[in-house]
Amino acid sequence: MGKRVGIIGVGQTHHAAKRLDASGVELIAEAVTRALDDAQLTIDDIDAIVVGNMDHFENINYVDTWAVDGLGAYMKPVFKVTTGGTTGTTVAASGYYQAASGLFDVVMAVGWEKNSESDTQAAIATCANPILERDSFAGAIGPLATEYSMYMKAYGATEEDAAIAAARARNNALNNPYAHSRQAVTVEDVMKSPMLSYPIKFLDMCPRSDGSCAVIFASEEKAKQLCPQPAWVHASVVRHDYTHFGDLEWTYMPTLERATERAYKLAGITDPIKEFDMAELYLPASTCAVKWMDSMWFCDRGGAPELVRKGTFHMDGEMPINPSGGVISTNPIGATGLLRVGEAAWQIMGKSGDRQVENVKKALCTGFGGCSWTDVMILGAEMP
Amino acid sequence: MIYMEKIAIIGVGQTKYEQGKPDTFAELIYEVTAAALEDAGITKDDLDDIVSISSDFWDGRTISSMAICDAIAGYGKDITTVEGDGTFGAVYGLARTLSGKFDVTLVAAHHKGTESNMNAITNTSFDPLVERKLGLDAVSSAALQARRYMSKYGLTQEQFALTSVKNHGNAMRNPLAMLPMDISVEDVMNSRMVADPLKVLDCSPLTDGAAAIILATEEAAKKLTDPAKCVWIKGVGHCSDAYRPGDRDLADTEALKRAANRAYEMAGISDPLSEIDVAEVYDAFSYMEPLWLEGLGICGEGTGCKSTEEGLFNFDGELPVNTSGGRLSANPVQVAGLAELAECVLQLRGEAGEHQVDGAKTALAQGINGMCGQSHCVWVLGK
Amino acid sequence: MDIYEDKRKRTHTEEGYELLTHSSGEGDYDFGWHCGPYWSRFLAEMRDNKRFLATKCPECGLVFIPPRQVCGKCFAEMNEWVEVGPEGELMGFTVVRFPYIDPNNGQMKQVPYTAIWITLDGCDSRYLHFCNEPDEANLEVGQRLRPVWAEKRTGTIHDVDYFEIIKE
Repeated sequence: MGKRVGIIGVGQTHHAAKRLDASGVELIAEAVTRALDDAQLTIDDIDAIVVGNMDHFENINYVDTWAVDGLGAYMKPVFKVTTGGTTGTTVAASGYYQAASGLFDVVMAVGWEKNSESDTQAAIATCANPILERDSFAGAIGPLATEYSMYMKAYGATEEDAAIAAARARNNALNNPYAHSRQAVTVEDVMKSPMLSYPIKFLDMCPRSDGSCAVIFASEEKAKQLCPQPAWVHASVVRHDYTHFGDLEWTYMPTLERATERAYKLAGITDPIKEFDMAELYLPASTCAVKWMDSMWFCDRGGAPELVRKGTFHMDGEMPINPSGGVISTNPIGATGLLRVGEAAWQIMGKSGDRQVENVKKALCTGFGGCSWTDVMILGAEMP
Repeated sequence: MIYMEKIAIIGVGQTKYEQGKPDTFAELIYEVTAAALEDAGITKDDLDDIVSISSDFWDGRTISSMAICDAIAGYGKDITTVEGDGTFGAVYGLARTLSGKFDVTLVAAHHKGTESNMNAITNTSFDPLVERKLGLDAVSSAALQARRYMSKYGLTQEQFALTSVKNHGNAMRNPLAMLPMDISVEDVMNSRMVADPLKVLDCSPLTDGAAAIILATEEAAKKLTDPAKCVWIKGVGHCSDAYRPGDRDLADTEALKRAANRAYEMAGISDPLSEIDVAEVYDAFSYMEPLWLEGLGICGEGTGCKSTEEGLFNFDGELPVNTSGGRLSANPVQVAGLAELAECVLQLRGEAGEHQVDGAKTALAQGINGMCGQSHCVWVLGK
Repeated sequence: MDIYEDKRKRTHTEEGYELLTHSSGEGDYDFGWHCGPYWSRFLAEMRDNKRFLATKCPECGLVFIPPRQVCGKCFAEMNEWVEVGPEGELMGFTVVRFPYIDPNNGQMKQVPYTAIWITLDGCDSRYLHFCNEPDEANLEVGQRLRPVWAEKRTGTIHDVDYFEIIKE
């Protein structure tokens, strides 16, 4: 039962701190029309649509009904999914499963956010239990800052390791015309930037952006018919195991470890760094780009700093991470996870311009959000 | 002809629908998840994935799904969240079960309408620049739609009142319903005017509750549960109209027609009135039932009220509609679609007790998203 | 891809109209969340008896604070109550220095404040709260902390004003 599915087109907006020139619906339309262009389709070719964002950032209820004009969803099947920071990858998974189901052949997944329209931290603070956790919730950054301070103590990782990852991502963004934040940055620049929440500094942390992304999924016959090189979905795994922040494990990232283990098994991956040609990972802070590498079966626990320091994940390294500049360069939250999938798909299709990694056959994508939740999607140039 | 592999609903669970339930969101979800598992005769280890349904606005917290991850047996499982009516969430659950990646899928929704401010929350469905500033909300926009429907076909408030009488009366046979009432058209006409032409008894109440259903592939159903429990999904369709009330003819049901036609095509139904034995329709307001029945092709354009007057949709009529009491008797918003599907399942299994329609073999459930029924989802189930 | 126009710096339309933003104004979203039996008991015990109660899972034996009906890992209902703390070990901390709007009241949050994760004695999960030490240099994972109870307790997590480092 079920069909194999390939991504046949991707579109994204130019992401910015504030897109004065476009309302939310227009932002969505920008991504949708670009995706249709990329796939050389019209809206009539789309059988179903799924959209995702986080409600409280724009204060719009029933976004799937509100965004109909921009989505091209008039007289079409559409619904909304939302799972916090993982929304983007949740939307991607929804596009995938709907196309695999046989109910629809061509499904468009759209993620978007206009973070400029609200106070991001205030909105995020409402994710914590209002009676028990909201008041002490230290923003999205709190848990990340805390876990890295513990990691440094346990394994001798340093603030500089995080700075290496930050500079790496930010310099990659210079090759991405869509990225929100594009600045040439040295490790020293990062170390000198203002401290936000020890040990995370300004240049270690993601921005909040206005932006949108649309990814078109097609079931196998359609995908082969419509696209010369689809990015085939090899695995999709989600683990949103936690409800209470106090239940989280701090020494490693359990959901990431469990989700990647399962995804690698489904996709037949045994040596990730060797077998993946690149990865687009949801790393909201550069500290995650160090600590979380331990939880992806790249190395033993505590082994991440060495990999980071020797450049394994740089553009000229064994497995480039975030050629797009990643989350710390662009973060329209409802789209962020979907951008990981879209960027990886373009890499496989050979459409990544100046940020193209050579000969990408297998790509790894992750989403992060909520109560330390993880989504994983693996894409490949060959059908699974 | 759209072919779909056989998927069954093998378990259902619902709370009693009430106002001011003292349970937390997680406690409501645990109740229905445990109930659905027990109903299906399976354990949480037999579940492959979960679709939760909730609304950040109604719950007052962003990432509303976070509150229930523990309680929905989500640990170690693939899980996702749809924000919208239960019928739409169940469509995604169905797609996931058809994808070949999951054999058994739990879909569960929770809602506590009495903890929050309905007017403010539904007001945020409207565009911030124009309609929201007017203070439109679910009730006032429905009132506009009711007025349009009345003037298009020359209908009266008394005709709408008949649906309220019927559904509150039906609720008297359903122990889970919130507002069982033995009322008359006069009672409805005398109830307080809320937004002309809608009076209190034309409107659904604020409700707290939760519901869960479990979907399974044919093979998994055979292995795990009793055939008597299985109700098969015959057809499904969903479709959205335009957004702005001003862009629509509010009495036009084109989006619903398309959703219904797709479901009927899959199910091989050409004459819904005679081929469907029982239907649950989203009567958030009294006028919506006849209007949606027209869109579903169960009666002709503009004849929904006439057919209601003739008793076609009564409990002992040709096609009983809203035997559960309908949304007029309990409206836990996102949960409502799953409550409808659960009612259909109970009917087709012969487990509907006092509200059982004899010999029911084919059932229909219809849910809506957005204001004035902008987006529709239609399900056809069979035994 | 570079054929697409980059309109990010636009402040006016092509015809010269200024691109506007529109403020929602301020509004209250008021909610009356029910605590349910577990949290009600948890809060009452803090208010009346200055103690922390947690629940223990009958299957895995883990002790959870805040107490709740279901152990997520086991999907098992918990009915065994255990008193934990009042002292505990500091598991993690961060000093928040950037202000943002407090969704509880619409005012800017007072910074800096120190948010902590503390493992109360006898408990397996960690409790989120505050510490009165604002300097990271004086905080270290592993320190022992004790609660400082509020004079006036009303059945909220603020019945503990903050945790303080136990100085030997």
